[in-house]
Amino acid sequence: MTNDIIILPLVVHLFFSILLMFFWNKVNFQKVVSIVGNAVAMVVAIWAFIFVYNNGTHIVESGNWSAPFGIVFVGDMLAVTLVLLTAIAGFAVSVFSTISVIKARLRFGYFSVFHFLLLGLNGAFLTGDIFNLYVWFEIIIISSFVLISIGGEKNQLEGAVKYFALNFFASMIFLTALGVLYGLVGTLNMADISLKIAEVENTTLVEISAVLFLVGFGIKSAIFPLYFWLPASYHTPPSAVSAIFAGLLTKVGVYALIRVFTLIYGGDSFLTILLLTLAIMTIFSGGIGAIIQNNIKKVFMYFIICHIGFMIGGLALFTEVAMAGVIFYLIHDIIIKTNLFLISGLIYRIKTTTNMKKLGGLYANYPKLSLLIAIPLFSLVGIPPLSGYWPKISLILASFNAQQYWFFGALIFGSLITLIVIAKLWAEVFWKDQPKLKFPEKFIYFDQLRIGQKFTFIFPVAFLTFVTLYIGFGAEHIQQLSQRIASELMNNELYINAVLKR
Amino acid sequence: MKTIILKSASSYLLPVLLLFSVFILLRGHYLPGGGFVGGLVAAIAFVLDAFSNGLDKTKSVLKIHPGFLMPLGLLIAFLSGVSPIIFSDLPLMTGLWVENPIPVIGAIGSALFFDLGVYLVVIGASLTIIFTISESA
Repeated sequence: MTNDIIILPLVVHLFFSILLMFFWNKVNFQKVVSIVGNAVAMVVAIWAFIFVYNNGTHIVESGNWSAPFGIVFVGDMLAVTLVLLTAIAGFAVSVFSTISVIKARLRFGYFSVFHFLLLGLNGAFLTGDIFNLYVWFEIIIISSFVLISIGGEKNQLEGAVKYFALNFFASMIFLTALGVLYGLVGTLNMADISLKIAEVENTTLVEISAVLFLVGFGIKSAIFPLYFWLPASYHTPPSAVSAIFAGLLTKVGVYALIRVFTLIYGGDSFLTILLLTLAIMTIFSGGIGAIIQNNIKKVFMYFIICHIGFMIGGLALFTEVAMAGVIFYLIHDIIIKTNLFLISGLIYRIKTTTNMKKLGGLYANYPKLSLLIAIPLFSLVGIPPLSGYWPKISLILASFNAQQYWFFGALIFGSLITLIVIAKLWAEVFWKDQPKLKFPEKFIYFDQLRIGQKFTFIFPVAFLTFVTLYIGFGAEHIQQLSQRIASELMNNELYINAVLKR
Repeated sequence: MKTIILKSASSYLLPVLLLFSVFILLRGHYLPGGGFVGGLVAAIAFVLDAFSNGLDKTKSVLKIHPGFLMPLGLLIAFLSGVSPIIFSDLPLMTGLWVENPIPVIGAIGSALFFDLGVYLVVIGASLTIIFTISESA
């Protein structure tokens, strides 16, 4: 059993999604099964994390075919950390879904598809084969198409079409890049590619494949100028779906960029300039977008874009300090972005709107809840000692050491604009007096819910806030973990030796 | 379609096509065929029956809702995937084989059960789609 520990998260999610399909019409039972499934997945993910933390990189050769030929699953520190974060976010969102997503949507196999989405995410983080990575991306986008279009409202379908078209295009480019790469090196195992790509003489083609990967993953992770699908689609599905999309779907693109650009194309000077430029533009355009929006869901969406720029820029700097900052930021970002969208769902349930102009008076009516919500908002800004503060130190330090002052400036700009927008949001939503709201009929308000239902609403937010607080106050642990992951990424011999058993 | 030729032919074609689909499923490991094609042939058998005798009659022949075959097939495929972990501490999806091949069926291994799962999923999915479309039409 311990030999297979790192793929157990996949097995658990697949098992539970199949189990849920058997109870297609029993929605209430599905809710219980899904929460249990995510709890089991979280336990397994913690187990896998501890195992890899103590024993180092662990691989599973699926089908017992040895490394460069068969598909391997590689549990290095980065992969198991992300699997653990996926499990945490997935657990919170599944609890939140049971109460916030209406029954008409749940009836169409919502939870089953949700587990398939988590399966795809875990698979993408764990696989060591680049074509298999493509397959997991397909599983992710197919599940996310179902989740984004389930319910079939008009604006939802409009968002789904945009999302579908651009992600499908990204997959095509990813596949083209794979074809070029396979033609050059004749292998698909990432560790094996990493060894063989050094011997390829045609460096132009290598760079072309790198740029194709950048475009493919760039669309998925919403970097400048390929982010337009994100603000057009993420606000349309229910908040629970937006939360898992915001927390994990763009981050899997960032993960793929980190993996490919550290393992296969490490530290190419052309790519450094390209990635840095894109990162600066991403921070700039995301920040400007956030400041002009009035809908809090859209504000958070532009923050996703803005903060993706931090990670891409850190990756471009390609030093160990910067990489530690990127990993820390990734850990912080997954939890915080998931939480923000859950919060927007909670605000919607209280006030029936997410428009800042119409909102107000939340602090006067719900003081305790407002203080709970304040923690993730302040963490996002990066007020010390909350979680957003620590990775920015590493990133700023690294950009200063690398004398990349433009990126340094962009980091400051991004942080400042986050602060301004959050201050505006706090003033509008929490402190301003409540303007007159026209309440629609047939809407179940937060106040009308039973105490258990209220708890189900607030528990996921509180749980993720607690994790955020741990990341902030236990920053030493996370920093050590990030530094360990960063050193594993920068010295990729460790990964290669573990996979190829040299 | 109410033609007498199709109607009399379909009552013979249903069992023959189902048998043929099982044949294709079983020969799939080394030769062209397998769970996907076999499943499609089996689905065609039921679709042909529905064309000539009406949807309700085919549903009564089928007895269970075709949608149920999807999770069932997935479960069988899933179990064939995890069986090496449970039975013999080998990595996920390792092929386990019975030592002596059985007459008619041939060598039995976990791959056969994976194919069987695919077979059921394909029947379930294609019949669900086609039945839903013809009900709403």
